[in-house]
Parts: sequence; C-alpha cells; structure tokens
Amino acid sequence: MRRQGLFVILMTFAGLVFLYAPIVTMMVLSFNSSRLVTVWGGFSLHWYRELLNNEALLDGAWLSIEIAALSATAAVVLGTLAGFVLSRFGAFRGKVAMAGMVSAPLVMPEVITGLSLLLLFVAMEELIGWPAGRGITTLVLSHATFCMAYVAIVVQSRLAQMDGVLEEAALDLGARPWRAFLDVTLPMLAPALISGWLLAFTLSFDDLVISSFVSGPGSSTLPMLIFSKVRLGVSPDVNALATIMITIVAACVFLYAWRASTRLGRRKSGAAGTQPSGA
Amino acid sequence: MTSLASNRSAAGPADAPFVRIEGVTKRFGDFVAVNNISLDIHRSELFCLLGGSGSGKSTLLRMLAGFEHPTEGRILIDGQDMTGVPPYERPVNMMFQSYALFPHMTVADNVGYGLRRAGVARREVKRRVAEMLNLVKMGDFAHRKPDQLSGGQRQRVALARSLVRQPKLLLLDEPLGALDKKLREETQFELMKIQTQLGTTFIVVTHDQDEAMTLASRMGVMNEGQLVQVGEPRNLYEFPSSRFVAQFIGAVNMFEGVLVDDEPDHVRIRSEEAGCTFFVNHGISSAPGQTVHVAVRPEKIRLSREIPPGADNVVKGVVDEIAYLGNLSVFQVRLGTGKLIRVTLPNLDRHEGTTFEPSDTVHCSWGPSSGVVLAS
Repeated sequence: MRRQGLFVILMTFAGLVFLYAPIVTMMVLSFNSSRLVTVWGGFSLHWYRELLNNEALLDGAWLSIEIAALSATAAVVLGTLAGFVLSRFGAFRGKVAMAGMVSAPLVMPEVITGLSLLLLFVAMEELIGWPAGRGITTLVLSHATFCMAYVAIVVQSRLAQMDGVLEEAALDLGARPWRAFLDVTLPMLAPALISGWLLAFTLSFDDLVISSFVSGPGSSTLPMLIFSKVRLGVSPDVNALATIMITIVAACVFLYAWRASTRLGRRKSGAAGTQPSGA
Repeated sequence: MTSLASNRSAAGPADAPFVRIEGVTKRFGDFVAVNNISLDIHRSELFCLLGGSGSGKSTLLRMLAGFEHPTEGRILIDGQDMTGVPPYERPVNMMFQSYALFPHMTVADNVGYGLRRAGVARREVKRRVAEMLNLVKMGDFAHRKPDQLSGGQRQRVALARSLVRQPKLLLLDEPLGALDKKLREETQFELMKIQTQLGTTFIVVTHDQDEAMTLASRMGVMNEGQLVQVGEPRNLYEFPSSRFVAQFIGAVNMFEGVLVDDEPDHVRIRSEEAGCTFFVNHGISSAPGQTVHVAVRPEKIRLSREIPPGADNVVKGVVDEIAYLGNLSVFQVRLGTGKLIRVTLPNLDRHEGTTFEPSDTVHCSWGPSSGVVLAS
C-alpha cells in the first residue's frame, strides 16, 4: 500500500509538472530583466512597464475581449435556441440533419471554416454590399458561428438532464409556452448558459486560424499579434501580458469554485435543519 | 378558508357527468396506449384509475391535462369540448408524480405561480397562498426552497400549488407514490378530507390497490389500454367481472370448473381442480357444460377440524404453512388435488384453543354467497 501511495503521489506530481511547468516558466520569465527571453538576468518589473507603453498589444487585447464578449453573447442566444429545439421539440422532420449541422463546426478543420467564411463574406460584399470589408463585424460573425455549436451542445446536455415535467407543470399552471420558457427553463438553464458563455468567450479569445482569414487591416486580434511577434522573436512583454491574463483567469476560477462550495455547504446544512420538523 | 368552502358544490353524483371521455384512443406509432375508453365522471367525485405499469392510466390522465391529444374520440370537461385546448387554457390542474416543484422558487412562489400567471393582484396572491399553505399545514415553510423540504412536505406543497387556482378538476398522478408506508396512510385520509372540504373533482391515478380502495368513491381498473371494470371499490372487490379484476384487486383463490346445474336462484359448479362442488347463490347464468372460474377470497374461507354440514362448498386439506401477520394469520392449505389455497383468519384472541398447526388436517368451507362465478 505504501509503495502504491508513493507511486500515486509521484505520478500526480509528474502530471502537474507536465501541465503547469510551461506556464510557470513563462510567468517567471515575465519578471526577467534581461532582453533575452531564455537567459535569467535578475528580477524586474521592466516588461510590465514596457507593456503599458505597447499600445498595439493593448489595443489587440482589448479588441479580442470585445470580439469574444460579442460573439459569446450571440453564440449563447443562438446555441440556446438550437439546443432547446433539439432536445424539447420531440421528433420533427429534419431533426437528424439539424443535429448534424449544428455540431458540424466542432469537427470541421478550422482552416476550411476560415476559408469558406472568407469566401462567403467576399461574395456577400459583392452581392449586397454587406459586410463592407473585413473587420470586427466579420470576426464576430465567424466566431459566433463556431462557438454556437459548443453552446448548443452544453445547453442540450443540460436540458437532457432536466426534467421536462417542470415545463409541463408551468403550462399546467397557466403559463403560455414562451412564459414557461422564461420562468422555468431559463433559470434552470442559467449555469449551462454561464459556462457556455465562458466557453465561447475562451474559444473566441484564443482563436487564431479563423481570425486570420476573416480579419481586415487594423483589426488584428491578440493571438494574431502575439503570433506575428513570435515570428520576429519573442519579446518579454508578451510574457507579462500572458501572466496578467492567467492571474485574472485563475482568480475568477478560484472565486467561482469557492462560491459554489460555500453555497453547497449552506444548502446541505439548511436541508439538515429541516429534518427534525419533517419527520 | 371561507371562499374555498363556498366553492364546494352541493350537487351529488346524480347529475350530468362532469367529465365525459368519449371513445378515446391514443396510439404512439403502432402501440395502442389507450384503447377506445368511454367513461363518465361526476362532479365532486374522487375517481381512481387503477392499473399496472403500461396499462395506459397515465396516458389517459395526460390527455385530460392536455399534454397528449387523443388519436380518436374526445374529452369533455364541464360540457366543454377539450379538443385543441392547450393545457394552459383548461380548467384543470395536475399534481405530478415527481411533484415537479420549481427548484429555484420558494414554497410561496411555487404555490403562487399559477395565480400570478392568471393575473391575480399581488395582495390577493399573498392571501390565497397563505390560505392554501395553511390548508396543507405548510404555513411555516413559505420561505423554504423545495430542496430544503422532506418528501412529505414537498407532496403537500405540490398539492397546494395544484389546488390554489381552484380548478374544476384536479388530476393526481400517483400522489402518494414517493412516500413511505406510514406517511402514506396518514396522507390518504388527509387527501380525502381536503377533497370533501373543497368539493373539487379528483381523478387519481395509482398502481396501488389499497390506495385506490381507501381513496376512491368510484374506481376504474385498467389493463392493456382498456377499462376493464368501473364501480365502487366494494363492488369491484366483491363482484369482479373478470379474472383479471379479481386477481388484481386483493388476493383470491381461483378454481376452474364446469357448470353442472343452472337454476334461477343458484348455480352448481363441479371443480376437478378443487375436488369439490361449488354452490353459488348469485351471479351469472351460463349454459350448463361451460367451463367457468370460481373466485373465493381468502378471508371468506373458514377452517374447522370437524366436517361442516352440507355437501357443497367444503373441501378437505392439510395445513402447509402459516404466516403470522399480527392482526391476522395467513394459512396455505394443500387440498387433496394438490392445489394450494390461501386462507386468512383474524387473530381474535391472543391464545385460541383451536389454533391450527402445520400438517393438521382441516376442512375448508365457505358460504353460498362467497364464491364469484367468472366466465371471462
């Protein structure tokens, strides 16, 4: 038993190193005073100051956040509707086709998605004059398209777990279908909508391939900027930016987990409190 | 409470049917869930639909609620044709088997939901919710969430929520199914009390025959999508019309036999299976020579050491096993033909002199009105 315990501990440690060593390395190097990324030259906040002056990078980060927020929101609206139709409307003509088409972007190579979207936008511009040129609009449209598939999957699986009888109960109590959706389905769906939105945000935020196809001049997203910088040699201010982003994300995840665990604890103690009177 | 009390209908089950089910059939693809059912239910009745799983009882209930639509036939509630009327426009509420309480709302919000959807003013909602919660004795729990309640408490909230709109008809799908035995028995009587108090017509679906017998003013037994027999619980128990009903409701000893004597006031049936002749002074008339079944309930059979007088309705056997259940004892008696029958005797005294032991030879006898002749 002891040896097995040691083995488990070692493997866990090895796994954690495998996952987090690159990130830790990058975070440490962001405090490097040396201009050479791979040579340690002492502790310094130099690159954080440098980052504040690098407007192109900051603009790119802001643009990415903006695009990710917009496309995640659009993806949640569209994906929820698709997921709802697929899991609650019973069997309808073309359901299989719809299910396949909704999840197709999950398996479609990004290069192909990007290229076909570009061709579509060019053709549309010629035919109806919209979207004029490539930029934020085309980026948001493209990201919403492939993020929607992920949201639809998340929503659909949540709805499958949820008892359809709750919606029936609302109908039975006099709610019209749309009202029942707002009053019962949507609140129950909230956790799935939040995680779907975050997933879509993340996917959009770090998308490089599709963005490269459909972005135009002056609308370079953060991943595109970093990628083009790396080709010229990594500059340590990218490390600084990445460190800030990771810190924010980690803080959010930690806060969410902490809130979820305290809420669960409170619910458990609340339920236990009712036991004596319930008996 | 006053407004609810005034809601009570004075009309008895004698007037025109309140719910009329006319030749309703429901098919799912090739499967016939409900097969050509016609049934009238009167105002203020507590009607139980009893049946095993897959008998179509829940499908029938869901058609009354408007969640399913009949493939054929139609349903009228209070004289109004319900064809094409969606659930949210029917004067009907349903209590779901899983209770279906909204987990993100408090007890008060759950109960008030139907009133808010009906556009009742906020203060009125508050008043009626409080009134309803008091009726089901849940007044102290108004601000709890459903997951902070026990099973019995949830059941009460679900009942309150389905009654608060003062529906003309309340549908209850296995209302006590999720409760433990003791709570079930208490709740049964409470449910009956509330029904009498409000005068609402109740239709209860259940697979539990004891529950149906206790609750129902009238009940219908369903099997394979068909309504097999409808009547008062007492009639169904004493005068089942088929072997299915006899065996489904309560325990029964069933004997195959041949009709040998058919007089206006009695029939005689010779049963090789039992090794005796049955004398039955009521029931059906059939052609002599026909094979029929005779059903005798275990509690209607007497056991004795001496041979009782008379030649009919007596058979000799050996006590095989005895199960002591406290209030009564169940005897398994092996007849001369090898058939095992079941006899229940009440334990009247703590120590009775003539208590039977296993492998005792006994004479089983029953009265002329105890047997029921079943042709189908």
